[in-house]
Amino acid sequence: MSLESWLTILGMALITFAIRAGGFLIAGRLPSTGFVATWLRHIPGAVLASLVAPAVINGGVAEWIASAAAALAYLATRNIFSTIVAGVLAVYLARLWL
Amino acid sequence: MPSPSPSPWPQFILGMRLFLPVAVSIAAYGLVWGVLAGQAGLSVLEVALMSGLVYAGSSQFVALDLWSPRALPVASIIIATAVINLRMLLMTATLRPLFAGTPRWRATLSMFLVSDEVWAMTMAQSAKGAGSTAFMLGAGALAWLAWTGSTLIGRVLGAVIVDPSTYGLDFAFSAVFLALLFSLWRGRGDLVPWVVGALLAILTAHYVPGQWYVIVGGLGGSLAGALAESWRTRHVA
Repeated sequence: MSLESWLTILGMALITFAIRAGGFLIAGRLPSTGFVATWLRHIPGAVLASLVAPAVINGGVAEWIASAAAALAYLATRNIFSTIVAGVLAVYLARLWL
Repeated sequence: MPSPSPSPWPQFILGMRLFLPVAVSIAAYGLVWGVLAGQAGLSVLEVALMSGLVYAGSSQFVALDLWSPRALPVASIIIATAVINLRMLLMTATLRPLFAGTPRWRATLSMFLVSDEVWAMTMAQSAKGAGSTAFMLGAGALAWLAWTGSTLIGRVLGAVIVDPSTYGLDFAFSAVFLALLFSLWRGRGDLVPWVVGALLAILTAHYVPGQWYVIVGGLGGSLAGALAESWRTRHVA
């Protein structure tokens, strides 16, 4: 295991625990309304949209079909695992046929 | 306020029992992560350490997406992890009343076990007036076991898969991120941060090498969402 790998994993672990513990410790001082609260609430969605968008746009027809299949599977089941299965299966079949 | 029960174990066991169905779905998700971790070049030890110490699924998927053993982008991965896990700040803040009777240092350490699912189930139980710290620890312990165990199994079993794109496994990342994204939908107010974040990410990915697009899109999109929301409330009120 390389030094970079140790640093990365320990860094991820420390920052994640700091966030978990931090929220608990500063609970009273955390804004529940207003600009900062809204901003914090929107971060996860914006991050996930940023992760998905380039991969889907830069993919091909197979990725577009699979994204649609994953979206439908999520809407139907509300379950992450079935969304993975639908997306992976769709991209596999699409690449096979296209 | 009910008087504390003599033994916390019944609540701990109850937490584990009610969490079991969720743990099964976490394990399925963990298997996929483990397989992909092998593809990304993580060793069994690295998988054990990351799952065991970080224990945060979506940020670990992002870490794999950015992982390249030859030139590991240490800073980008840690920053991306922080940005994605920032949502937990709001979750553990809401657990303060539940832990009011627990010594501060023990309560703080317990926060390690809080995940989206553990938090949601504990809050649901508390809403029924039946939540307890032992309940959360039981659910959390099972979630940790399911995640760490399944990612290790996935890593070991996945070693036989040579090229993930043959089976479409490379698309698993997009599928996970899409599912997590949809689960966050609360209403039209989410449209601005998502669309702005996506557009910024596409542009950044095109012009800037590396993984900065996640951070640019995530921060830019969320700021745009907050600006749009404060603009709307000012003009409606």
